[in-house]
Amino acid sequence: MQLLKKISVFIRRRKFEHELQEEMAFHRDQAAGDHRERGLEAADSRSAAARDFGNPTRMQEESVETVAFRWETTWHDFRYALRQLRQNPGFAATAIVILALGIGATTAIFSAVNPILFASLPYPHPRQIVSIYERNNGGGPRMPNFADYVGLNERSRSFDAMAATRGWQPTITGGDQPERLEGQRVSWPYFRMLGVAPFMGRDFESADDLWRGEGSIVDGPIKGSMGRNVVVLSYGFWRRRFAGDPNIIGQNIKLDETEFTVIGVMPASFENVIAPEAELWAPLQYNSALPRASRDWGHHLRFVARLRGNITKTQAASELDVIARTLAQIYAPGYNEAGGPPSGYLVKSLQDDLTSSARPALLAVLSAVMLLLIIACVNVTNLLLARGAQRRTEFAMRAALGAARIRLLRQLMTESLVLALLGGAFGLVVAVVGVRALILLSPPGLPRLSAIRIDGIVFAFALGVTALIGMLIGIIPALRAASSDPHESLQQSSSRATGGRQWTRRVLVVAEVSLAMVLLVSAGLLVRSLQRLFSVDTGFDAGHLITLRVQESGLRYRPDDARVRFFQEALDRVREVPGVESAGFTSQLPLSGDQDVYGSLFEKDIANGSLGGDAMFRYAVTPGYIETMRIPLIHGRLLNESDRADVSRFCFLQQRCGASPASVLISQSFAKRKFGSADPIGQRIRLGPAAFAYLNDHTDTPWSTIVGVVGDVRQLSLAGTTSDAIYVANAQWFWGDQEMALVVRTHADAEALVPMLRKAIWSVDKDQPIVHISTMEHLVAQSEAQRRFAMIIFEAFALVALVLAATGIYGVLAGSVSERTREIGIRSALGATRSKILNLVLRQGMALACIGVTLGLAGALFATRALITLLFGISRLDPMTYAGVVILLAAVSAIACWLPAWRAAGIDPAITLRAE
Amino acid sequence: MSTPDLLPGTLDLLILKTLARGPLHGYAIAQIIKRTSDEVIIVEEGSLYPALQRLWLREWVKAEWRKTETGRRARFYTLTAKGREQLATELSEYKLMISAIGRVLQNA
Repeated sequence: MQLLKKISVFIRRRKFEHELQEEMAFHRDQAAGDHRERGLEAADSRSAAARDFGNPTRMQEESVETVAFRWETTWHDFRYALRQLRQNPGFAATAIVILALGIGATTAIFSAVNPILFASLPYPHPRQIVSIYERNNGGGPRMPNFADYVGLNERSRSFDAMAATRGWQPTITGGDQPERLEGQRVSWPYFRMLGVAPFMGRDFESADDLWRGEGSIVDGPIKGSMGRNVVVLSYGFWRRRFAGDPNIIGQNIKLDETEFTVIGVMPASFENVIAPEAELWAPLQYNSALPRASRDWGHHLRFVARLRGNITKTQAASELDVIARTLAQIYAPGYNEAGGPPSGYLVKSLQDDLTSSARPALLAVLSAVMLLLIIACVNVTNLLLARGAQRRTEFAMRAALGAARIRLLRQLMTESLVLALLGGAFGLVVAVVGVRALILLSPPGLPRLSAIRIDGIVFAFALGVTALIGMLIGIIPALRAASSDPHESLQQSSSRATGGRQWTRRVLVVAEVSLAMVLLVSAGLLVRSLQRLFSVDTGFDAGHLITLRVQESGLRYRPDDARVRFFQEALDRVREVPGVESAGFTSQLPLSGDQDVYGSLFEKDIANGSLGGDAMFRYAVTPGYIETMRIPLIHGRLLNESDRADVSRFCFLQQRCGASPASVLISQSFAKRKFGSADPIGQRIRLGPAAFAYLNDHTDTPWSTIVGVVGDVRQLSLAGTTSDAIYVANAQWFWGDQEMALVVRTHADAEALVPMLRKAIWSVDKDQPIVHISTMEHLVAQSEAQRRFAMIIFEAFALVALVLAATGIYGVLAGSVSERTREIGIRSALGATRSKILNLVLRQGMALACIGVTLGLAGALFATRALITLLFGISRLDPMTYAGVVILLAAVSAIACWLPAWRAAGIDPAITLRAE
Repeated sequence: MSTPDLLPGTLDLLILKTLARGPLHGYAIAQIIKRTSDEVIIVEEGSLYPALQRLWLREWVKAEWRKTETGRRARFYTLTAKGREQLATELSEYKLMISAIGRVLQNA
């Protein structure tokens, strides 16, 4: 019933207030009438009645509060706060912009790191899903092979399901345009293991995932039944390529010139965290008979599994370690050909496995944004304090008129909450823009990119931050204002009595400067790391180089010689394009993410009986590649057209031995490591499968001869130093690579040539997809994308922090100067020169800056520990960086101090003293 | 204008009791309390109106606008049945309390 009444009062609020007023007016008139009867004059009697009655406004407020909802009072405060802000738009805008930047940046960063660092994976019981790696002798991880899968799957009792996966890039034909797709080959239980059912059709069954006779160097008979060529599509791909055709199930599509039957479509909500770009899936179809020298032994698979029931990772790992010993025995020959058996297995949670590489950068960025948010809060608190100083008279007046202290406190807190809310609302806009920018800026390989968005959790986070900030920025100014004694404030002119408030504001400014210092040092260290990285000699000249990839689907050109010829013809056409200086194909491109490593056996090592072999990057290139990249020739000769001769490929398998040895180039550091100061030219080496087969009792496998030594090239990253490499003519490698990267050096703007290059390649065969078009410079920059990502964010934050700190100093000094106008006037009246006054104010400001910088130094020494993994080539205590930041902060502080100081020096004593 | 502190809740009781005589407006309530208490209890208007609103909200009193003898509009408060019950309860509680306090004061 009370509630109903409250609601009725609320609805007819106007009427209620009106009646209350009338009632009170009646009361006063009656009282005045009584007074009159007792003989007071009319005017006196009315004032006596008013005196009796007390403060009508306050009384009415109390009456209203009695019948009003609590939030109605809040609503009043809220409206009052809005009015206050409107009356002071400059202050309001500044505070809101600062808060919006702070809240927006924090929210954007949070939305990016939340799915990666905090949220669990989007599958049922995500904590049970693990990645499994082989453990090498050093304890480090190694990609497992199919033998591991077969062996573990048969024996392990720790898992509900286990799936091996690998990347798959089929080309779809049969539509308007051939398109290269990102896909995945997976063991049949993959989707069941993740716990996601298809949206339409079915997922894989064990009968789909049987060997079809592919992937072995030795062709063997297929025993038993064959797997089916079936494919499951992602929701997005189904919508994009097939316009969401409801009858897609059962249709055939052409992938790599082979018919595949569509059996299922995954739901739109399915997020494939292991390979986010994958748009379709087909069964792995490896050979569980594990024939020797087949892909089944190659260490290129990725295992994911779901732990059974309550089994922990540790329990599973120890079970697998026991199995490893058995496998090492029964699979000994196969393992030994492929780098030795694993010493055990590593079981990591999939979440950690996906995010561990991005974690340091993200945590650093998250801390940075927190610092920025604190600086923004401190800044706004300072603004509020300054405004509190101006409004002191107003508060005192209200207190004198009977406003309760708690009422004032609530009013002020409401004001800061309103500020925070407005800041938060604009902050969400900033966040939406920020998230887009983050996604654009994000380094390739950032996990769970598709899960980055402003969702309910992020919104709740923003709201929480906003509320917290509203309290934080409000509490100090509110307590200050509410606790000030009205008498004192009213009596004193507002331009004096500043001690306590100024003191608080100075502490806040010092805090701001020191936090800005921490951010600036961090940004500085990252900038210098990147400078160091980008001044690293890549080993080639990236200017005016354009790269693209041609992926031949693999079935059109058979035997492999035809494929080699295709690439050669394409290259010839490319070279005819005007503006092309030189061009070449390579099987792997530096700093592009390629990592193609093979084993080798040097003749001299074989002679010494050491058969360990050496791992090296293998580049199957066309003649002209080295020249195009401008990799320096150190010694000997480069590969040329004479190295196109059809040599003894596959000889150990097809009994065609005896042809001339292939010519190879080796990298400088590799040559030095193997031969020291001796001349490597003419030395012989068994490469890749030849070395492999030699160790496997095919003693007549073909040789390659070293004909030249070339400079080292950074293959994996600018920071990485592994550069053992072999270059061999693609015509002389054991097979024709299906995917080759084209590098083209141009006379002028590289990118302008792209359409013509495309046309040239397609003039040879228009069905070959061309992908990953990029300048080499871009690839180099991208290779350090994670560091760059962190650096750009730190730079932006540090810049904002610097500006905020500067405005903080400026604000405090300006406030102090205007409050001390009289004092300064007297000083100059007493003969202080302009420069003396200038000095006085400058000194005051710079003292704050100095304390801030000193504290900031200490903070930076501590905080930069979080950055260590992101640094390259410099210490986190790099004195240059620290010195530079100190100078920068000092300079900016000086500018911020100069303006108020200049104004102070210009104060005319006559005018100020008269004004008092 | 010095009024001794009232026990908490006493003001409500006084208003209810006063209203037991019949419908009255706020000013009359204050005046009657003042007069009957020999000007010992002066109900501050600042507490009278919030109290009246409170009683109204709890439905112990009804409020309606009527003409006074002088023909002015005023809000008259009337005790409801619920209010009468409440008055009875509060009175007995109050008496209990007063006699308890009295015993303590006499015997302590």
